[in-house]
Amino acid sequence: MSVRDQILAKVRANQPTDERPLPDLTSFPVRTTEVLDQFMTVLSTIGGKPVRVADYASIEAYLQENPYPGRIISSIPALQHLAEPIPENADPHELENVELAIITGTFGVAENSAIWVTEANYQQRVVPFICQHLAIVLPADALVANMHQAYERLQRQEYGFGVFIAGPSKTADIEQSLVLGAHGARTMTVFLLG
Amino acid sequence: MSTKPKHPELSERFNADEPRVDWHDATLWWIRQKRDIAAHTLYEDWESLRDTASAIKDNVLGNLADYLESFERQATANGAIVHWAADAAEHNQIVLSLLQQAGTKRMVKSKSMLTEECHLNEYLAKNGIEVVDTDLGERIVQLADEPPSHIVMPCIHWKKEEIGELFHQHLGTPKGNADPQLLTEAARQHLRDKFLSRRVALTGVNFAVAETGEFVVCTNEGNADMGVHLADVHIACMGIEKIIPRREHLGVFLRLLARSATGQPITTYSSHFKSPRKGAQLHIVLVDNGRSQQLGREAFRNSLKCIRCGACMNTCPVYRRSGGHSYHNAVAGPIGAILAPNLDMTKNADLPFASTLCGSCSNVCPVKINIHEQLYEWRQELTRQGKVDFGKKMGLKMMSSVLSSPMVYRSMGKMGRWAMRVIPGMVSNSFNPWFKQREMPAAPKESFRDWYLKNRS
Repeated sequence: MSVRDQILAKVRANQPTDERPLPDLTSFPVRTTEVLDQFMTVLSTIGGKPVRVADYASIEAYLQENPYPGRIISSIPALQHLAEPIPENADPHELENVELAIITGTFGVAENSAIWVTEANYQQRVVPFICQHLAIVLPADALVANMHQAYERLQRQEYGFGVFIAGPSKTADIEQSLVLGAHGARTMTVFLLG
Repeated sequence: MSTKPKHPELSERFNADEPRVDWHDATLWWIRQKRDIAAHTLYEDWESLRDTASAIKDNVLGNLADYLESFERQATANGAIVHWAADAAEHNQIVLSLLQQAGTKRMVKSKSMLTEECHLNEYLAKNGIEVVDTDLGERIVQLADEPPSHIVMPCIHWKKEEIGELFHQHLGTPKGNADPQLLTEAARQHLRDKFLSRRVALTGVNFAVAETGEFVVCTNEGNADMGVHLADVHIACMGIEKIIPRREHLGVFLRLLARSATGQPITTYSSHFKSPRKGAQLHIVLVDNGRSQQLGREAFRNSLKCIRCGACMNTCPVYRRSGGHSYHNAVAGPIGAILAPNLDMTKNADLPFASTLCGSCSNVCPVKINIHEQLYEWRQELTRQGKVDFGKKMGLKMMSSVLSSPMVYRSMGKMGRWAMRVIPGMVSNSFNPWFKQREMPAAPKESFRDWYLKNRS
């Protein structure tokens, strides 16, 4: 018998046999209607920066006022004149010197300000981690209240890699002092569009 | 009996520095308080979330074999390669062979308590492999040649001045500088170079979904993702109990995990790995190492529900005042004390006794494991198995005979009170473990019973 079959046989012999039905998940109602307010408040609390913008021109104006000196990449066609496109088939190591990456988010979650992004949003998996600074453009109406609603949205979504990102990279490993910018992005700006 | 030092002796060493114990205690309690605040923000849902999470895990334990098969099938269809390891040795060999296949002697690793349990780093070092732990706390203890003392905060027992000195020696930071910002920046630069140059990255797994074959890794630092997305080979190691049935169940667990662990609403990154990056390999190692055995122990199987948040440690009065290393096990604290005897009853017989049975651990556990009841059960089981040392056994026998006879209890009480007043040296001496690090209370003149008999009218 293979190791696999041995383990499975042992598990099968030892696992309890009483009826153990899966619980109902519909008992977690939506507690807030002010999803945008909550999203922005939580994001600020965890070190992110929410910025409300009317259109892409406002994003551009914001970036001119708050410039990032260095390499800027973006997957968003409307921002292509101020950022280079993300090279799709390049070696991910070539992104080492990216100062700012601007990508789109699929939706955000109000209770924890996490934003769902998949590699379809930005071509290269390493992008939101390797950049020094991260900006995510999120339609202001693409918000759900909690994680149950989030997974309802993801129920049938196909992805090879997807990630909830909530704020900048952080650590408190040294005496519980919060430091932003551990290994991933040092800052996270969220442009809430519309 | 093993001659390695046990929990009482190791705690005594930790307790030698009293201000440090107070500091450690207060730090952990602060994290417990942050957890309370976070739980309270969801007060309408919190208890039902815990019930739901526990019920999902109940279902998992009853159907684990089917879920494992489903996970393997889906993961394979997604392009991952699934390996099975019966024990730590097999797990370590699989990882080594994957490194050899990749033709490299260097690897980056993000946090995985399973690899600590299997002593992977030591094994790989013996085989000429250099492993760099990339979680900041883990890197700190690795540079200091120590195991983590906490499953979520590996270097919670270190002071920043000591980390400053360690980094001065290893990373060349300015001597005497203990600024967390500066030290974290130094680690960021040091580890960025490792991320960019290593071709194999190993991660742990927080949750693996039977329905889809994907798994989720949660970090705040982004170190798992930095390692994996820059490597040619991703090795993900997981205990077989990490399975959950469906993707939608992640909603329940991700709401509970970070709030219970650190008081955050969610970790910065909750990464869902389903298929390998184009041109890269994804290996998943499923490890039993005693879990199927624990599944068969009815009194202890619920310990397999654990999602490794560490809340039971942060709240435990014994953990907070004895430190993670006193548990001499990869997973410390109350949950470690019910997992460890399953792995080795002789070596870990002391751990279920390292508890006051106050029940605080069970009260904060996000998956409602009856931790303190299992600690109590283990004490009985270990005594039945003859794993408890003679002194403790005799002491408990004596206590049982005193407590089961009211007359003996009363006369012993009287003698005790008299002795504590007249010859305090009889109890306030180094032979009495209760005297260590404590002042003995002043003995009352009479027992409550005597007082009550006099005053009841």
